Amino acid sequence: MAAEVVILGGGVGGTIVANLVAKKSSGRANVTVVDATGIHVYQPGFLYVAVGKEQPSALQRSETSLLRDDVSLVVDRAARVDTSARIVQLDSGRTLSYDQLLLATGSRTVMDEVPGAKDAHDFYTMEGAIRLFEALKGFDGGTIVIGVAGIPYKCPPAPVEFVFLLDDYLRGRGIREKTQIKLLSPLNRAFTIEATSKLVQPILAERGIELTGFFNVESVDPIAKTVTSLEGETVEYDLLVLVPPHRGQQVIEDSGLGDERGWVPVDKNTLRHTKLDRTWAIGDTTNIPISKSGSVAHYEASVAAAEIVAAVKGEAAPAHVYDGKVMCFLETGQGQATTIRFDYDHPPVSPAPARRWHWAKALFNKTYWHTVPQGRLP
Amino acid sequence: MSITIAKSLDLKGLSCPLPIIKTAKAMKELAPGELLEAFATDPGAVPDFKAWAQTTGNPLVESGESGGVFHFVLRKKEI
Repeated sequence: MAAEVVILGGGVGGTIVANLVAKKSSGRANVTVVDATGIHVYQPGFLYVAVGKEQPSALQRSETSLLRDDVSLVVDRAARVDTSARIVQLDSGRTLSYDQLLLATGSRTVMDEVPGAKDAHDFYTMEGAIRLFEALKGFDGGTIVIGVAGIPYKCPPAPVEFVFLLDDYLRGRGIREKTQIKLLSPLNRAFTIEATSKLVQPILAERGIELTGFFNVESVDPIAKTVTSLEGETVEYDLLVLVPPHRGQQVIEDSGLGDERGWVPVDKNTLRHTKLDRTWAIGDTTNIPISKSGSVAHYEASVAAAEIVAAVKGEAAPAHVYDGKVMCFLETGQGQATTIRFDYDHPPVSPAPARRWHWAKALFNKTYWHTVPQGRLP
Repeated sequence: MSITIAKSLDLKGLSCPLPIIKTAKAMKELAPGELLEAFATDPGAVPDFKAWAQTTGNPLVESGESGGVFHFVLRKKEI
Protein backbone atom coordinates (compact mmCIF):
# COMPACT_ATOMS: atom_id res chain seq x y z
CA MET A 1 0.00 0.00 0.00
CA ALA A 2 1.29 3.44 -0.85
CA ALA A 3 2.31 5.74 2.01
CA GLU A 4 0.46 9.02 2.48
CA VAL A 5 2.89 11.94 2.33
CA VAL A 6 1.28 15.23 3.29
CA ILE A 7 3.06 18.52 2.71
CA LEU A 8 1.72 21.66 4.36
CA GLY A 9 2.61 24.70 2.26
CA GLY A 10 3.04 25.21 -1.48
CA GLY A 11 5.94 27.63 -1.34
CA VAL A 12 9.38 26.95 -2.75
CA GLY A 13 10.31 24.27 -0.20
CA GLY A 14 7.01 22.38 -0.17
CA THR A 15 6.73 22.38 -3.95
CA ILE A 16 10.24 21.02 -4.60
CA VAL A 17 9.85 18.29 -1.97
CA ALA A 18 6.45 17.26 -3.37
CA ASN A 19 7.86 16.90 -6.87
CA LEU A 20 11.00 15.07 -5.75
CA VAL A 21 9.17 12.63 -3.47
CA ALA A 22 6.60 11.82 -6.18
CA LYS A 23 9.41 11.29 -8.70
CA LYS A 24 11.69 9.20 -6.51
CA SER A 25 9.34 7.04 -4.47
CA SER A 26 8.64 4.62 -7.35
CA GLY A 27 4.89 4.85 -6.91
CA ARG A 28 5.05 3.98 -3.23
CA ALA A 29 3.82 7.37 -2.02
CA ASN A 30 0.66 9.40 -2.54
CA VAL A 31 1.86 12.98 -2.28
CA THR A 32 -0.60 15.71 -1.28
CA VAL A 33 0.22 19.42 -0.97
CA VAL A 34 -2.08 21.55 1.18
CA ASP A 35 -1.94 25.25 0.35
CA ALA A 36 -4.23 28.01 1.56
CA THR A 37 -4.39 29.88 -1.76
CA GLY A 38 -3.25 27.50 -4.49
CA ILE A 39 -1.17 30.37 -5.84
CA HIS A 40 2.62 30.06 -5.80
CA VAL A 41 4.23 33.42 -5.11
CA TYR A 42 7.85 34.29 -5.89
CA GLN A 43 8.53 36.40 -2.83
CA PRO A 44 12.02 37.71 -3.79
CA GLY A 45 10.21 39.82 -6.38
CA PHE A 46 8.37 41.94 -3.77
CA LEU A 47 11.42 44.18 -3.54
CA TYR A 48 11.06 45.10 -7.22
CA VAL A 49 7.28 45.57 -7.03
CA ALA A 50 7.90 48.08 -4.23
CA VAL A 51 9.95 50.30 -6.56
CA GLY A 52 7.83 49.71 -9.66
CA LYS A 53 10.33 47.48 -11.45
CA GLU A 54 8.14 44.38 -11.54
CA GLN A 55 4.46 43.65 -12.11
CA PRO A 56 2.71 41.69 -9.33
CA SER A 57 1.26 39.30 -11.93
CA ALA A 58 4.79 38.23 -12.98
CA LEU A 59 5.38 36.85 -9.47
CA GLN A 60 2.41 34.49 -9.30
CA ARG A 61 1.48 31.20 -10.93
CA SER A 62 -1.03 28.53 -10.07
CA GLU A 63 0.51 25.90 -7.82
CA THR A 64 -0.91 23.08 -9.98
CA SER A 65 1.13 24.32 -12.95
CA LEU A 66 4.31 23.72 -10.91
CA LEU A 67 3.43 20.32 -9.48
CA ARG A 68 3.84 17.00 -11.24
CA ASP A 69 0.62 15.40 -12.41
CA ASP A 70 0.93 12.68 -9.78
CA VAL A 71 0.95 15.18 -6.89
CA SER A 72 -2.47 16.19 -5.47
CA LEU A 73 -3.15 19.76 -4.43
CA VAL A 74 -5.73 20.60 -1.79
CA VAL A 75 -6.54 24.31 -1.66
CA ASP A 76 -7.51 24.79 1.95
CA ARG A 77 -5.89 26.07 5.12
CA ALA A 78 -4.44 23.53 7.52
CA ALA A 79 -6.04 24.36 10.87
CA ARG A 80 -4.53 21.80 13.21
CA VAL A 81 -2.26 18.76 13.20
CA ASP A 82 -3.01 15.87 15.53
CA THR A 83 0.37 14.13 15.72
CA SER A 84 -0.81 11.16 17.76
CA ALA A 85 -3.65 10.27 15.35
CA ARG A 86 -1.51 11.50 12.39
CA ILE A 87 -4.31 13.64 11.00
CA VAL A 88 -4.35 17.13 9.53
CA GLN A 89 -7.60 19.03 10.01
CA LEU A 90 -8.44 21.57 7.34
CA ASP A 91 -10.52 24.74 7.64
CA SER A 92 -13.25 23.20 5.49
CA GLY A 93 -13.70 20.41 8.04
CA ARG A 94 -12.00 17.85 5.83
CA THR A 95 -9.22 15.72 7.35
CA LEU A 96 -6.13 14.15 5.80
CA SER A 97 -4.28 11.16 7.29
CA TYR A 98 -0.55 10.98 6.88
CA ASP A 99 2.32 8.55 7.25
CA GLN A 100 4.95 11.25 6.66
CA LEU A 101 4.43 14.96 7.21
CA LEU A 102 6.44 17.92 5.94
CA LEU A 103 5.86 21.31 7.56
CA ALA A 104 6.66 23.92 4.91
CA THR A 105 4.24 26.60 6.02
CA GLY A 106 6.83 29.40 6.12
CA SER A 107 6.52 32.58 8.11
CA ARG A 108 3.96 35.35 8.47
CA THR A 109 4.42 39.00 9.28
CA VAL A 110 2.84 40.59 12.33
CA MET A 111 3.28 44.37 12.08
CA ASP A 112 0.63 44.91 14.77
CA GLU A 113 3.09 43.59 17.38
CA VAL A 114 4.87 46.96 17.07
CA PRO A 115 2.96 49.69 18.94
CA GLY A 116 1.85 52.44 16.53
CA ALA A 117 3.18 50.71 13.39
CA LYS A 118 -0.16 49.62 11.94
CA ASP A 119 0.17 51.92 8.93
CA ALA A 120 3.92 51.60 8.41
CA HIS A 121 4.94 50.38 4.96
CA ASP A 122 6.66 47.11 4.21
CA PHE A 123 7.79 45.01 1.25
CA TYR A 124 7.30 41.61 2.88
CA THR A 125 3.90 40.84 1.42
CA MET A 126 2.48 41.46 -2.05
CA GLU A 127 -0.11 43.87 -0.62
CA GLY A 128 2.62 45.69 1.30
CA ALA A 129 4.85 46.03 -1.77
CA ILE A 130 2.00 47.34 -3.95
CA ARG A 131 0.93 49.84 -1.27
CA LEU A 132 4.53 50.99 -0.79
CA PHE A 133 4.95 51.70 -4.50
CA GLU A 134 1.70 53.68 -4.49
CA ALA A 135 3.07 55.77 -1.61
CA LEU A 136 6.41 56.28 -3.37
CA LYS A 137 4.65 57.50 -6.51
CA GLY A 138 2.96 60.18 -4.44
CA PHE A 139 6.16 61.09 -2.58
CA ASP A 140 7.91 64.27 -3.62
CA GLY A 141 10.69 64.75 -1.12
CA GLY A 142 11.38 64.46 2.62
CA THR A 143 12.81 61.75 4.86
CA ILE A 144 12.34 58.05 4.15
CA VAL A 145 13.26 55.83 7.09
CA ILE A 146 13.84 52.08 6.78
CA GLY A 147 14.01 50.12 10.05
CA VAL A 148 13.96 46.59 11.42
CA ALA A 149 11.20 45.75 13.92
CA GLY A 150 11.97 42.11 14.64
CA ILE A 151 14.49 39.31 14.24
CA PRO A 152 14.49 36.88 12.50
CA TYR A 153 13.05 38.21 9.26
CA LYS A 154 13.05 36.92 5.69
CA CYS A 155 16.08 37.65 3.54
CA PRO A 156 18.55 39.44 5.86
CA PRO A 157 20.09 41.68 3.15
CA ALA A 158 16.68 42.86 1.83
CA PRO A 159 16.60 46.19 3.73
CA VAL A 160 20.02 47.06 2.27
CA GLU A 161 18.91 46.07 -1.23
CA PHE A 162 15.76 48.12 -0.77
CA VAL A 163 17.63 51.34 0.08
CA PHE A 164 19.85 50.92 -2.98
CA LEU A 165 16.84 50.33 -5.26
CA LEU A 166 15.04 53.22 -3.59
CA ASP A 167 18.05 55.47 -4.27
CA ASP A 168 17.87 54.47 -7.97
CA TYR A 169 14.13 55.09 -8.05
CA LEU A 170 14.40 58.57 -6.49
CA ARG A 171 17.25 59.54 -8.83
CA GLY A 172 15.17 58.38 -11.78
CA ARG A 173 12.38 60.69 -10.68
CA GLY A 174 14.76 63.57 -10.08
CA ILE A 175 13.83 63.93 -6.39
CA ARG A 176 16.86 62.30 -4.77
CA GLU A 177 18.32 65.66 -3.76
CA LYS A 178 15.11 66.53 -1.93
CA THR A 179 15.09 63.19 -0.08
CA GLN A 180 17.02 61.82 2.86
CA ILE A 181 17.28 58.04 3.12
CA LYS A 182 17.97 56.67 6.60
CA LEU A 183 18.65 52.99 7.22
CA LEU A 184 18.27 51.93 10.86
CA SER A 185 20.12 48.70 11.60
CA PRO A 186 19.85 46.41 14.65
CA LEU A 187 23.66 46.13 14.76
CA ASN A 188 26.51 48.60 14.27
CA ARG A 189 26.77 47.63 10.61
CA ALA A 190 24.51 47.46 7.55
CA PHE A 191 23.19 43.98 8.43
CA THR A 192 24.16 40.79 10.25
CA ILE A 193 26.87 39.53 7.88
CA GLU A 194 30.08 41.38 8.64
CA ALA A 195 32.05 40.69 5.45
CA THR A 196 29.21 41.83 3.19
CA SER A 197 28.46 44.83 5.42
CA LYS A 198 32.06 46.00 4.97
CA LEU A 199 31.58 45.75 1.23
CA VAL A 200 28.30 47.68 1.06
CA GLN A 201 28.87 50.37 3.70
CA PRO A 202 31.17 52.49 1.50
CA ILE A 203 28.55 52.27 -1.26
CA LEU A 204 25.82 53.43 1.16
CA ALA A 205 28.04 56.40 2.06
CA GLU A 206 28.79 57.14 -1.58
CA ARG A 207 25.05 57.23 -2.41
CA GLY A 208 24.35 59.51 0.56
CA ILE A 209 22.34 56.89 2.47
CA GLU A 210 22.63 57.46 6.21
CA LEU A 211 23.24 54.35 8.33
CA THR A 212 22.28 54.43 12.02
CA GLY A 213 23.54 51.44 14.04
CA PHE A 214 22.06 49.73 17.09
CA PHE A 215 18.58 50.99 16.33
CA ASN A 216 16.14 48.21 17.21
CA VAL A 217 12.68 49.55 16.44
CA GLU A 218 10.43 49.44 19.48
CA SER A 219 7.51 51.70 18.65
CA VAL A 220 6.12 54.23 16.22
CA ASP A 221 4.24 57.46 16.87
CA PRO A 222 2.21 57.90 13.67
CA ILE A 223 0.94 61.36 14.72
CA ALA A 224 4.35 62.87 15.48
CA LYS A 225 5.83 60.73 12.66
CA THR A 226 8.65 59.37 14.77
CA VAL A 227 10.10 55.93 15.33
CA THR A 228 11.80 55.01 18.63
CA SER A 229 14.36 52.30 19.38
CA LEU A 230 14.84 49.96 22.32
CA GLU A 231 18.08 51.85 22.81
CA GLY A 232 16.05 55.02 23.43
CA GLU A 233 16.76 56.98 20.24
CA THR A 234 14.02 58.69 18.23
CA VAL A 235 14.09 59.45 14.50
CA GLU A 236 11.62 61.54 12.47
CA TYR A 237 10.19 60.36 9.15
CA ASP A 238 7.91 61.41 6.34
CA LEU A 239 7.60 57.89 4.97
CA LEU A 240 8.33 54.87 7.14
CA VAL A 241 9.22 51.41 5.85
CA LEU A 242 9.61 48.67 8.45
CA VAL A 243 10.71 45.08 8.31
CA PRO A 244 7.80 43.63 10.30
CA PRO A 245 8.24 41.07 13.08
CA HIS A 246 7.84 37.52 11.78
CA ARG A 247 6.30 34.40 13.35
CA GLY A 248 5.60 30.85 12.28
CA GLN A 249 2.11 30.11 10.90
CA GLN A 250 -0.97 29.83 13.07
CA VAL A 251 -1.35 26.08 12.44
CA ILE A 252 2.11 25.48 13.95
CA GLU A 253 1.27 27.52 17.04
CA ASP A 254 -2.23 26.05 17.41
CA SER A 255 -0.91 22.48 17.12
CA GLY A 256 1.98 22.99 19.54
CA LEU A 257 4.53 21.99 16.89
CA GLY A 258 6.91 24.90 17.43
CA ASP A 259 8.49 27.23 19.96
CA GLU A 260 6.90 30.37 21.46
CA ARG A 261 7.22 32.20 18.11
CA GLY A 262 5.93 29.24 16.10
CA TRP A 263 9.32 28.13 14.69
CA VAL A 264 9.58 24.36 14.40
CA PRO A 265 12.59 22.75 16.14
CA VAL A 266 14.45 20.45 13.74
CA ASP A 267 17.85 18.82 13.50
CA LYS A 268 19.95 21.30 11.52
CA ASN A 269 21.35 18.55 9.26
CA THR A 270 18.47 16.07 8.77
CA LEU A 271 15.55 18.54 9.17
CA ARG A 272 13.70 15.98 11.28
CA HIS A 273 11.50 17.37 14.03
CA THR A 274 13.47 17.09 17.26
CA LYS A 275 10.56 15.55 19.19
CA LEU A 276 8.17 14.01 16.65
CA ASP A 277 8.54 10.96 14.44
CA ARG A 278 7.54 11.03 10.78
CA THR A 279 7.74 14.83 10.77
CA TRP A 280 10.14 17.20 8.99
CA ALA A 281 10.22 20.95 8.45
CA ILE A 282 12.09 23.17 6.00
CA GLY A 283 12.61 26.77 4.98
CA ASP A 284 11.31 29.67 7.06
CA THR A 285 9.27 27.17 9.09
CA THR A 286 12.24 25.89 11.15
CA ASN A 287 14.07 27.31 14.14
CA ILE A 288 17.53 26.75 12.55
CA PRO A 289 19.52 29.95 13.13
CA ILE A 290 20.32 30.61 9.48
CA SER A 291 18.76 32.95 6.94
CA LYS A 292 15.06 32.69 6.31
CA SER A 293 15.16 32.70 2.52
CA GLY A 294 14.02 30.81 -0.53
CA SER A 295 17.59 29.72 -1.15
CA VAL A 296 17.71 27.86 2.18
CA ALA A 297 14.37 26.14 1.48
CA HIS A 298 15.67 25.23 -1.98
CA TYR A 299 18.89 23.63 -0.69
CA GLU A 300 17.10 21.91 2.19
CA ALA A 301 14.43 20.44 -0.09
CA SER A 302 16.58 17.69 -1.60
CA VAL A 303 17.58 16.55 1.90
CA ALA A 304 14.00 16.51 3.22
CA ALA A 305 12.83 14.71 0.06
CA ALA A 306 15.53 12.02 0.39
CA GLU A 307 14.65 11.58 4.07
CA ILE A 308 10.95 11.16 3.26
CA VAL A 309 11.59 8.79 0.33
CA ALA A 310 13.80 6.61 2.57
CA ALA A 311 11.04 6.54 5.22
CA VAL A 312 8.43 5.62 2.59
CA LYS A 313 10.57 2.79 1.27
CA GLY A 314 11.59 1.61 4.74
CA GLU A 315 15.25 2.22 3.91
CA ALA A 316 18.01 3.63 6.09
CA ALA A 317 18.18 7.42 6.33
CA PRO A 318 20.26 8.95 3.53
CA ALA A 319 23.85 10.02 4.14
CA HIS A 320 23.24 13.32 2.35
CA VAL A 321 22.54 16.01 4.94
CA TYR A 322 21.93 19.75 4.82
CA ASP A 323 25.23 21.57 5.34
CA GLY A 324 23.80 25.02 5.99
CA LYS A 325 24.34 26.24 2.45
CA VAL A 326 22.99 29.69 1.67
CA MET A 327 23.47 31.59 -1.57
CA CYS A 328 21.86 34.90 -2.31
CA PHE A 329 22.17 37.96 -4.46
CA LEU A 330 22.30 41.48 -3.10
CA GLU A 331 21.44 44.40 -5.40
CA THR A 332 23.73 47.37 -4.79
CA GLY A 333 21.86 49.68 -7.19
CA GLN A 334 22.91 51.35 -10.46
CA GLY A 335 22.69 48.00 -12.23
CA GLN A 336 25.17 46.17 -10.02
CA ALA A 337 24.90 43.39 -7.44
CA THR A 338 27.01 41.07 -5.32
CA THR A 339 26.41 37.59 -3.93
CA ILE A 340 26.66 36.05 -0.46
CA ARG A 341 27.61 32.40 -0.02
CA PHE A 342 28.22 30.44 3.16
CA ASP A 343 27.41 27.25 5.03
CA TYR A 344 27.72 25.92 8.58
CA ASP A 345 31.50 25.55 8.24
CA HIS A 346 32.44 28.43 5.94
CA PRO A 347 31.95 32.11 6.76
CA PRO A 348 30.19 34.35 4.26
CA VAL A 349 32.10 35.68 1.26
CA SER A 350 30.99 38.32 -1.22
CA PRO A 351 32.68 39.39 -4.46
CA ALA A 352 32.99 43.08 -5.42
CA PRO A 353 29.68 44.36 -6.86
CA ALA A 354 29.50 43.96 -10.62
CA ARG A 355 26.98 44.11 -13.46
CA ARG A 356 27.16 40.35 -14.06
CA TRP A 357 25.66 39.56 -10.63
CA HIS A 358 22.77 41.91 -11.31
CA TRP A 359 22.12 40.09 -14.59
CA ALA A 360 22.55 36.71 -12.93
CA LYS A 361 19.90 37.67 -10.38
CA ALA A 362 17.54 38.93 -13.10
CA LEU A 363 18.07 35.70 -15.06
CA PHE A 364 17.46 33.56 -11.99
CA ASN A 365 14.25 35.48 -11.23
CA LYS A 366 12.96 34.76 -14.75
CA THR A 367 14.04 31.12 -15.05
CA TYR A 368 12.89 30.25 -11.52
CA TRP A 369 9.51 29.03 -12.75
CA HIS A 370 11.01 26.39 -15.03
CA THR A 371 13.82 25.11 -12.84
CA VAL A 372 13.45 25.48 -9.09
CA PRO A 373 9.96 24.17 -8.19
CA GLN A 374 10.54 21.07 -10.34
CA GLY A 375 13.75 20.29 -8.44
CA ARG A 376 15.83 20.68 -11.63
CA LEU A 377 18.45 22.94 -10.02
CA PRO A 378 20.42 21.03 -7.37
CA MET B 1 34.10 42.22 46.25
CA SER B 2 30.60 41.16 45.53
CA ILE B 3 28.39 42.71 42.93
CA THR B 4 24.66 42.37 42.73
CA ILE B 5 23.25 41.44 39.39
CA ALA B 6 19.75 42.79 38.79
CA LYS B 7 19.08 40.52 35.83
CA SER B 8 20.74 37.56 34.18
CA LEU B 9 20.20 36.55 30.56
CA ASP B 10 20.92 33.17 29.02
CA LEU B 11 21.66 33.86 25.35
CA LYS B 12 23.50 30.61 24.68
CA GLY B 13 22.79 29.07 21.30
CA LEU B 14 21.40 32.31 19.88
CA SER B 15 23.13 33.81 16.90
CA CYS B 16 23.76 37.40 15.97
CA PRO B 17 21.94 39.77 16.28
CA LEU B 18 19.51 38.15 18.73
CA PRO B 19 21.83 38.41 21.78
CA ILE B 20 22.08 42.18 21.31
CA ILE B 21 18.36 42.64 20.79
CA LYS B 22 17.43 40.59 23.85
CA THR B 23 20.02 42.52 25.85
CA ALA B 24 18.70 45.87 24.64
CA LYS B 25 15.18 44.83 25.68
CA ALA B 26 16.32 43.65 29.12
CA MET B 27 18.41 46.79 29.75
CA LYS B 28 15.30 48.93 29.26
CA GLU B 29 13.76 47.31 32.33
CA LEU B 30 16.68 48.15 34.63
CA ALA B 31 17.05 51.23 36.82
CA PRO B 32 20.13 53.45 36.26
CA GLY B 33 23.23 51.91 37.83
CA GLU B 34 21.82 48.38 37.95
CA LEU B 35 23.81 45.52 36.44
CA LEU B 36 22.85 42.98 33.83
CA GLU B 37 24.82 39.85 33.09
CA ALA B 38 24.53 37.86 29.89
CA PHE B 39 25.92 34.51 28.71
CA ALA B 40 26.33 33.84 24.99
CA THR B 41 28.02 31.29 22.75
CA ASP B 42 28.11 33.23 19.47
CA PRO B 43 31.70 34.55 19.07
CA GLY B 44 30.25 37.53 17.20
CA ALA B 45 28.71 38.64 20.50
CA VAL B 46 32.12 39.80 21.78
CA PRO B 47 32.65 42.70 19.36
CA ASP B 48 28.89 43.35 19.25
CA PHE B 49 28.59 43.80 23.04
CA LYS B 50 31.64 46.09 23.12
CA ALA B 51 30.31 48.23 20.30
CA TRP B 52 26.76 48.29 21.68
CA ALA B 53 28.05 49.42 25.10
CA GLN B 54 30.12 52.17 23.52
CA THR B 55 27.37 53.39 21.20
CA THR B 56 24.56 53.41 23.76
CA GLY B 57 26.66 54.66 26.70
CA ASN B 58 25.84 51.69 28.95
CA PRO B 59 29.30 50.65 30.23
CA LEU B 60 30.52 47.09 29.73
CA VAL B 61 32.02 46.53 33.17
CA GLU B 62 33.10 42.92 32.75
CA SER B 63 33.59 40.43 29.95
CA GLY B 64 35.27 37.07 29.68
CA GLU B 65 35.11 33.54 28.34
CA SER B 66 35.05 30.15 29.98
CA GLY B 67 34.53 26.81 28.24
CA GLY B 68 33.22 28.40 25.05
CA VAL B 69 30.69 30.57 26.90
CA PHE B 70 31.19 34.34 26.76
CA HIS B 71 29.90 36.40 29.64
CA PHE B 72 29.28 40.11 29.85
CA VAL B 73 28.21 42.50 32.59
CA LEU B 74 26.66 45.80 31.57
CA ARG B 75 25.75 48.72 33.81
CA LYS B 76 22.66 50.72 32.95
CA LYS B 77 23.70 54.29 32.29
CA GLU B 78 22.72 57.18 34.53
CA ILE B 79 20.14 59.44 32.90
